[in-house]
Amino acid sequence: MSALQIKKGSNKHSAYNLRPNFSDVSEKHTLAVVVDNEAGVLARVIGLFSGRGYNIDSLTVAEIDHAGHRSRITICTTGTPQVIEQIKAQLGRIVPVHQVHDLTVEGPSVERELALLKVEGDGDKRVEALRLADIFRANAVDSTLTSFVFEITGTPEKIDAFADLLRPLGLTEVARTGVAALSRGL
Amino acid sequence: MTRQMTGAKMVVQSLKDQGVNVVFGYPGGAVLPIYDEIFQQNDIKHVLVRHEQGAVHAAEGYARSTGKVGVALVTSGPGATNAVTGLTDALMDSIPIVVLSGQVPTFMIGNDAFQEADTVGITRPCTKHNWLVRDTDNLSATLHEAFHVASTGRPGPVLVDLPKDVQFASGTYTPKRDVSVSHYQPQVKGDMEEITELVAAMEKAKRPVFYTGGGVINSGKAASQLLRELVDATGFPITSTLMGLGAYPASGDNWLGMLGMHGLYEANMAMHDCDLMINIGARFDDRITGVVDAFSPKSIKAHIDIDPSSINKVIKADIPIVGDVAHVLEDILKVWKARGRKTDQASVAKWQGQISDWRKVDCLAFKQSGKIIKPQYALQRLEALTKDMDRYVCTEVGQHQMWAAQFLGFEDPNRWMTSGGLGTMGYGIPASIGAQMAHPDSLVINVAGEASWLMNMQEMGTAMQFRLPVKQFIMNNERLGMVRQWQELLHGERYSHSWSESLPDFVKLAEAFGCKGIRCSDPDDLDDAIREMLAYDGPVIFDCLVEKHENCFPMIPSGAAHNKMLMGEASTKGAIKEGGAVMV
Repeated sequence: MSALQIKKGSNKHSAYNLRPNFSDVSEKHTLAVVVDNEAGVLARVIGLFSGRGYNIDSLTVAEIDHAGHRSRITICTTGTPQVIEQIKAQLGRIVPVHQVHDLTVEGPSVERELALLKVEGDGDKRVEALRLADIFRANAVDSTLTSFVFEITGTPEKIDAFADLLRPLGLTEVARTGVAALSRGL
Repeated sequence: MTRQMTGAKMVVQSLKDQGVNVVFGYPGGAVLPIYDEIFQQNDIKHVLVRHEQGAVHAAEGYARSTGKVGVALVTSGPGATNAVTGLTDALMDSIPIVVLSGQVPTFMIGNDAFQEADTVGITRPCTKHNWLVRDTDNLSATLHEAFHVASTGRPGPVLVDLPKDVQFASGTYTPKRDVSVSHYQPQVKGDMEEITELVAAMEKAKRPVFYTGGGVINSGKAASQLLRELVDATGFPITSTLMGLGAYPASGDNWLGMLGMHGLYEANMAMHDCDLMINIGARFDDRITGVVDAFSPKSIKAHIDIDPSSINKVIKADIPIVGDVAHVLEDILKVWKARGRKTDQASVAKWQGQISDWRKVDCLAFKQSGKIIKPQYALQRLEALTKDMDRYVCTEVGQHQMWAAQFLGFEDPNRWMTSGGLGTMGYGIPASIGAQMAHPDSLVINVAGEASWLMNMQEMGTAMQFRLPVKQFIMNNERLGMVRQWQELLHGERYSHSWSESLPDFVKLAEAFGCKGIRCSDPDDLDDAIREMLAYDGPVIFDCLVEKHENCFPMIPSGAAHNKMLMGEASTKGAIKEGGAVMV
């Protein structure tokens, strides 16, 4: 048998290549996962994503019900419809997971993210930064003679837009919380 | 009723409450308090293994042969890390086991203490769930929850990590019945609309096939009974994965044999050409599907599984049914009967005729040569001489495992213990010990290859100590047969490190352990040698010297579809193409 010529990274016809026969268009989804607030629960969720090769675009977690020991994890992820379905099913079978909601398909939802952005500079750039902050309804939460820290809340796209505009004006540091999301209405 | 007692006593009490009567384990510093309690009671029998991997596989063998939860007890650090392979094996094959591991005292966790390992961290991806118990008051409730999680829904392994100070401290014991109902309650009833849709598809099907898996076995004996009723009433042919053998009897009229990479020609052809595939408790594993794009292109696919994540994972299900096999089969039968027990009998008879033609190919045929024992022949004789006995069969992993699945017939569930998903060499001896512990008066055979067998051969000491008459049937080809086969087909016959050199003399090894050794190399002596093995009251190591270069056929080469099977030596040249070569 002649030497095999397998291209690096080739997974053509591999049984492990699970790309769907239905759709290979990637979609962004926001999932809300209600879990028992116990040791290791976040590691289980993250381990699921890394172990099975799923994407995490952002992830936020905090306790939402102290008496009931419940936390809510909001995960933004990207994948084909089949992968998204797999992620939901896999999350659902983690024992301390109570509910998995796909906010992207379960009707309208609100998504908000908080970011802190540090801008360094003086003169016109400093004035322009303040003016942009006003337009974006960002607050200056710290100030020196040569810097501001702005606080902004909004959709990830709004924060992206604000950061893009601040970049030429001396943006030096950004801290973002990741998305928190709730469904609209009752 | 609540009582005060130490954590160690709670462990023993919880196991009693759960009806456990055998624990496989190995002591060490961090579990000494539990061992002290085990010493002071007689209800639970402790089987001292020789390596913690053996304890977990033995618990698996026990669980699979009984349908109950298997229990293993290991110490911290290396004890727990040695359990990882067994846990992963049980996770892949959905076997309910509870592993209890010792841990350094809570105040030393994180200090790199002696024999400390982050056991819950290490075992998180290889358990269904795990717990670190930090407070003695929570210990018994956690253990009861552990048994619930292991045995409910899709079964699997769980681990409870028990720090030594928690074992020493006193707390309040919570009996099983007082433990609040867990929120973990997987759905067992299937959706009636989907079930009705499946029944409608069954009524119209011209070329139906049942494709069953380990889920039928895991669902319990009732599931196997319902499956038999459904298959025999409809007259549809049935095939099974490696994991599901025995759910439908091998002697049944509609039995096609195992499917998959080394499955039978008629089973794989039926899967490829069917128009309705009814998957019951199987998961479209890559050993089954071959290349996904060409998998059963003309069929409607119904998939019954208790785990929603199995559905649409690999193959899109046209009729997905989430539920427990026994519950769903009961409803299918109910609906099908209520609608008048209809099938397209003429078409199904024609389909059975087609299948008969495929059977005539005689895909398991092999050439019997004069003075050398063919491995297939060895298993044919083993089957002939043991099939009417009360028999449990374990295997190691490799060619012998596939031949065993092809040539041994299983009439009942829970009779066949083999490492399917993980493919763990070294599984068979400890699994046979677990099965024999559960069924002390039955015949337990471990069909092995010499290479796999050596991986956990220390467990022969366990078999001797506990007088477990396990029969180790080693088909010795002095090769890592399956590796060798792939090297022949795929790597230009360059046999890199795939032979067993410096093998022990297995007969002398048997004597060294104090059990019986038998060697056989002549086909004419084989029957007598097997009879001698069966007649001996005690463990036997049977060294069956077989043909060294036999390949396991039929075989679906990697990257090929079900109807592209290799049937024998002549057809193998260049059979695996570039695309297939990258796969395992």
